[in-house]
Amino acid sequence: MRIYPAVHYTMGGTWVDYGLMSTLPGLFIIGEANFSDHGANRLGASGLMQGLADGYFILPYTIGHYFASTKPEKIPVGHAEFKKAEEGVRQFTRRLLSINGKRSATSFHKELGRLMWENCGMARTRQSLETNLKRIPELREEFWKNVKVTGSGEELNQNLEHAGRVADFLEFAELLCLDALHREESCGGHFRVEHQTEDGEAKRDDANFAYVAAWEFKGPDKKPELHKEPLVYEEVHLATRSYK
Amino acid sequence: MNLTLKIWRQKNAASPGCLETHEARDVSPDMSFLEMLDMVNERLVAGGQEPFVFDSDCREGICGTCSLVINGVPHGSRKGTTVCQLHMRHFQDGQTITVEPWRARAFPIVKDLIVDRAAFDRIMLAGGFISVNTGNAPEANALPVSKEIADLAMDAAACIGCGACVAVCKNASAMLFVAAKVSHLNYLPQGQAEKDRRVKNMVLQMDQEGFGNCTVTGSCEAVCPKEISLDFIAKMNRDYAVAVVKGELKKSAAGGTG
Ligand code: FES
Repeated sequence: MRIYPAVHYTMGGTWVDYGLMSTLPGLFIIGEANFSDHGANRLGASGLMQGLADGYFILPYTIGHYFASTKPEKIPVGHAEFKKAEEGVRQFTRRLLSINGKRSATSFHKELGRLMWENCGMARTRQSLETNLKRIPELREEFWKNVKVTGSGEELNQNLEHAGRVADFLEFAELLCLDALHREESCGGHFRVEHQTEDGEAKRDDANFAYVAAWEFKGPDKKPELHKEPLVYEEVHLATRSYK
Repeated sequence: MNLTLKIWRQKNAASPGCLETHEARDVSPDMSFLEMLDMVNERLVAGGQEPFVFDSDCREGICGTCSLVINGVPHGSRKGTTVCQLHMRHFQDGQTITVEPWRARAFPIVKDLIVDRAAFDRIMLAGGFISVNTGNAPEANALPVSKEIADLAMDAAACIGCGACVAVCKNASAMLFVAAKVSHLNYLPQGQAEKDRRVKNMVLQMDQEGFGNCTVTGSCEAVCPKEISLDFIAKMNRDYAVAVVKGELKKSAAGGTG
């Protein structure tokens, strides 16, 4: 098996509270999909550890508590919010199908992937991130003008499904770059070339960045809002790990 | 390399399908079979045609999602290999390759090369689980498992539930899949409480789904990408016979809510 740096090793995930519930009441997110046990670095079987720890130790209590203290009502599909969401999906689908441009979703996906790999990979610089923050919105704009999605929205359509994913990636990739640019230090999987020690090791800045950055989505093409969650250590203290 | 592909095209379960011929040009021998199909699809989209839909997920041979019959053989003719791990270097330049979906009554076609394998999920729901109390993680030494049993259960658990066994079987029997799932849990101490119920309910569900009977031809074992052994079918038959002989548990006179 070949082991090499890949997108899989990107740190972070969906925000959850201490009971592992997301900002949507009743939606619990466990394992690698949540942000909670992602530190600077989580390579090497941390995914299995987190799945087991969340499943064995946390969820049996928190989900049980949620069920015991909430009475889920039947939500009718005639509910205004449901109608709104349904209409949103319809519009999104119609919009994708009606562009009828010249480039496939795959070609956008590949171009975005390359931008991320080159400029927001293991080692990133202010300059490379700024390049991406300029290129990604342009690519997103082109996507919404020039993507070609075949088939219809009435049956199984993998091409449409993929285009929807790529549309999401085009928003999320920008956030990844924004966060990497904001964090002016090097820390585990986030290596900002500007911030390194003399022998090329990651140089952290605990005075200014000892926090989790929780970015709140405000809608496409709107600036996300940063919420800082300070990292407070009571028993174990921050130290620098050396792999040498 | 250049190849001629005959690919199954079918709008949905209700309409008839047929093989469509497409040329695949400049295929790299290092591509996987699915990457080659991606490329064919990309060109179809570029030309304004609808791409073929096919299932895949991990593309690492571990999830059991990919499901193509290649030149008549589920997952192609490389032994112990899923189609996502099959590479084009095993084909010859100029070759004609037929690509079809799994074919079985219990796996209705959704579209083109995708079939609905929910029947397998329903079989799992009928007994493919154990009951444990959540809360604290159990003490690791509380349930000793011998090496022999652990190995056997692991071999059974290697089944990724792709359904190639059904696709190749002349009777469209799901015995190898069900046997692997039953054996995995019936071997282990954790699975003993529900052992008899499990095998009876899973076999019952299998029959209700419309899978055929097993005539021990062994083609399932031959195409299984995880090389699950026919021995598990023997184990399941034995467990089934024992469960039938034991009969139902007597209901408590006091009744219960079950
Ligand atoms: S795609 Fe997962 S096993 Fe082939």
